[in-house]
Amino acid sequence: MDENLAAIWLTLRLAATVTLVLLLIGTPIAWWLARTRVWFKGAIAAIVALPLVLPPTVLGFYLLLTMGPNGPIGAMTQALGIGTLPFTFWGLVVASCFYSLPFVVQPLQNAFEAIGDRPFEVAATLRAGPWDRFFTVALPLARPGFITAAILGFAHTVGEFGVVLMIGGNIPGVTRVVSVQLYDYVEALDYTQAHWLSGGLLFFSFVVLFSLYTFNRRASTSFGPGG
Amino acid sequence: MRRFSLQFMQAFLLLVLAPVSCLAEQALVAVASNFYAPARAIVSVFERETGHSVRLSQGSSGKLYAQILNGAPFDLFLSADTEKPALLIEAGLADEVSKRTYAYGALALWASKEGVLINAETLRTGNFSRLAQANPRLAPYGLAAQQVIDRLALTDALAAKQVTGESISQAYQFVTTGNAELGFVALSQVMTDDGLSRGSLWRVPQDLYDPIAQDAVLLNRGLNNIAAQEFMRFLMGAEASVILTNYGYSLESDSVAAARSGEKKDG
Repeated sequence: MDENLAAIWLTLRLAATVTLVLLLIGTPIAWWLARTRVWFKGAIAAIVALPLVLPPTVLGFYLLLTMGPNGPIGAMTQALGIGTLPFTFWGLVVASCFYSLPFVVQPLQNAFEAIGDRPFEVAATLRAGPWDRFFTVALPLARPGFITAAILGFAHTVGEFGVVLMIGGNIPGVTRVVSVQLYDYVEALDYTQAHWLSGGLLFFSFVVLFSLYTFNRRASTSFGPGG
Repeated sequence: MRRFSLQFMQAFLLLVLAPVSCLAEQALVAVASNFYAPARAIVSVFERETGHSVRLSQGSSGKLYAQILNGAPFDLFLSADTEKPALLIEAGLADEVSKRTYAYGALALWASKEGVLINAETLRTGNFSRLAQANPRLAPYGLAAQQVIDRLALTDALAAKQVTGESISQAYQFVTTGNAELGFVALSQVMTDDGLSRGSLWRVPQDLYDPIAQDAVLLNRGLNNIAAQEFMRFLMGAEASVILTNYGYSLESDSVAAARSGEKKDG
């Protein structure tokens, strides 16, 4: 049971870290995607959405290659004196950021796009600068988008499996997250433990999605159409 | 002219009817990942010789076991261990009489770098950052690797350097991508017909780990399948034996072989 608790704690720590990092990285990307009219916007949007389509094992395999000692990211991290990333907690954070990126960027982008140009034009006539407009107009109006993005990013990282399996190395307390622990139980024919853990995960996922949908409905009714 | 066309007709009929007359059938075989490559080689010879067709479905033994337990349509199961076939027999899903050990696996300590001398001393010195292996709880080769580490009394010394793959192919992957300098793999993974494929290798002495016996068993579905039964016979035969030896397996455990050849030692 201690093993399970360690895996759950690790998973929550990983998901929280990834969500935080992704909100910081994803917000400027989503903002840019929502406002820009450059011709290569489609290409960037496609790259952001790639993890939706790619099998996680493909993503994991490429990350294993690029973050390894012979890969470009591995060469960079070694030059910085932090060694290589696979089999470490921060390696999982980096991998999960790639993996969960679309789940954070897309809700934010939608939220920013839904605001439209009008509020910003009004703010500009009131002499609000670009930064001011972003922080006092865009962020508050996009609040439901941020909550959706955070919940989806968190939940998707909790459910991550293939990528972690590829680059984690299954080290207790460091890279053995709930989904990997669960997989180990199933493979080792320890179905009782597997039931406990997968039942817990099922319940968790339901609660997260249920609260997300409840929140979204309440948000859309309280702000009202065009409100 | 008429004679010719008659002969032609006969040949044609023979061709069309031949597979039917020797009752060519199709078998679906579940095979443990570590044996997938040799199994494919064996199947291609088998199909050529018998006209039967064998389709292979590979996965970890644990996953295949769970699938069979839940009604997967396999005729024959080539496991990576002896435990899962026994459990299937117990569950009444496999035929006890048919159970055979089709191969003994050999363990190797492998580095992807060329020309490195690897032996027990390499493990003792610990002059590497990571040591890859398969999960001892899931994979027989992972268990064997752990036995080697334990018998060399390096359990605590190496614990911080061990990284674990879910299967032996993942342990191989960790080494081949350079993420681990050393790894315990199946000898069959790094051997080809011409010997070692690349890197450097230490064939771990058999006394450092228990024999890795791999059992095959006919599943209930395969009891009336001629292709499955003949493939099982073929697997235990001389031609298959040559192929699996090339891939680093043996048909009997080293200790049995050593006893038979009168304690032939190779230093």
